[in-house]
Amino acid sequence: MDKKRRDFLKIAGLSAIAGVAAPTALNTLFKGEVIASDHGGGHGAEPQGQGHAKIEVPTGKRFGMVIDVNKFHRYEGLAEKCTNACHSIHNVPKFTDPKVELKWIWKEPYEHAFTEHSHYKKNDELHNMPFMVMCNHCDAAPCVRVCPTQATFKNKDGMVLMDFHRCIGCRFCMAACPYGSRSFNWSDPRGKDKDGKPLIAKENTKFPTRTRGVVEKCNFCAERIAVGQEPACVEACGATKAMIFGDLNDAHSEISQVLKKQYTIQRKPALGTKPSVFYII
Amino acid sequence: MVKKRENQDFVLSLLQERKGDAMYDGGKIIPGLVIFVGLMTYPIWSGNAGTTPKPVKPTGHEKCVKHKEFMRTSHMVLLNEWRDEVVRDGNREQIHIGDKVYDKSLQNGCMHCHTSKKKFCDECHNYTAVKPYCWECHIQPKETI
Repeated sequence: MDKKRRDFLKIAGLSAIAGVAAPTALNTLFKGEVIASDHGGGHGAEPQGQGHAKIEVPTGKRFGMVIDVNKFHRYEGLAEKCTNACHSIHNVPKFTDPKVELKWIWKEPYEHAFTEHSHYKKNDELHNMPFMVMCNHCDAAPCVRVCPTQATFKNKDGMVLMDFHRCIGCRFCMAACPYGSRSFNWSDPRGKDKDGKPLIAKENTKFPTRTRGVVEKCNFCAERIAVGQEPACVEACGATKAMIFGDLNDAHSEISQVLKKQYTIQRKPALGTKPSVFYII
Repeated sequence: MVKKRENQDFVLSLLQERKGDAMYDGGKIIPGLVIFVGLMTYPIWSGNAGTTPKPVKPTGHEKCVKHKEFMRTSHMVLLNEWRDEVVRDGNREQIHIGDKVYDKSLQNGCMHCHTSKKKFCDECHNYTAVKPYCWECHIQPKETI
């Protein structure tokens, strides 16, 4: 074999070009296929609202709540009873100034709770109804997504919880939450009000307080569920059944049965947060 | 500039071995230094390092969730682990030691046996000058004194 240097260089050069170009060319082809099939599968910009979403196969638990507003309307003082039960169990301080107040569950009029719904020419009764509002424990919670320290997280049972140890008080979550369910501790919650009365009337020694500079919100009573109790507000409603708590993924649970039979609405469904709290009006 | 040069010369002269006049007032300075160092290290060599903390142990409980040496040095590690398990993973599995059951909780676990923060926690924390911020949120048991 008599090879000249000139020929050798030509062959070496061509091999090098082929070696570099071939994988790139194959990759491009392969990716092209994937993109094509992706379009076929239909993962485009579909509306993500609950009403239009594809049927998902649920895995694990997803706790949710149904609130019967009619019952809250009928039983006077029930709303306050729920709030008090929750706030006393969770050591939520009582600030009178609405600028700094802390709330886990409270009542709002229809106009405030359902801002996306039309308020025009609605019946008079609706405007007098007390709507209990709280954290919606969204399936696609924006607060969880924005939290820079993962202090807010979603647990395995679909509850949006807070690890207060981790909260740095940046309040991104408060900006992200479309329901205003989060409150910030502007001052020491263990302090005293103007009249010298402690902000937490009676501390529940089973639960911690918070400290200045952390955000707090309803935790669906995760600490009570863990030991087989109902959430405090549900317990306060008692036999009235104004609030029903349970696993939305379990077709046989009481809440699933109620949701199957009753017409319910959710707050701001168009945002795609997939709230877990439903209202019977 | 001249001054600096002079200083350098002075230092050099000190470093050089000189007989007789090695140090001005050496007779006072060296014994003084010995006395000073002796006094400063007194707590170390005398074995009397002030009042050592004596945390009050709970009565009616023989064993803690881990052995004494571990708890003494690493209780904070255990508390952090418990926190992550309970708060984040929802793992509230109780700890069985002998015939007793303990919750994985500072407020509802540890402090049920160690009923006084002042007599237990603060004893060592004050001695070692550490300020844990547990009690800014967690509620300490009512002190009986």
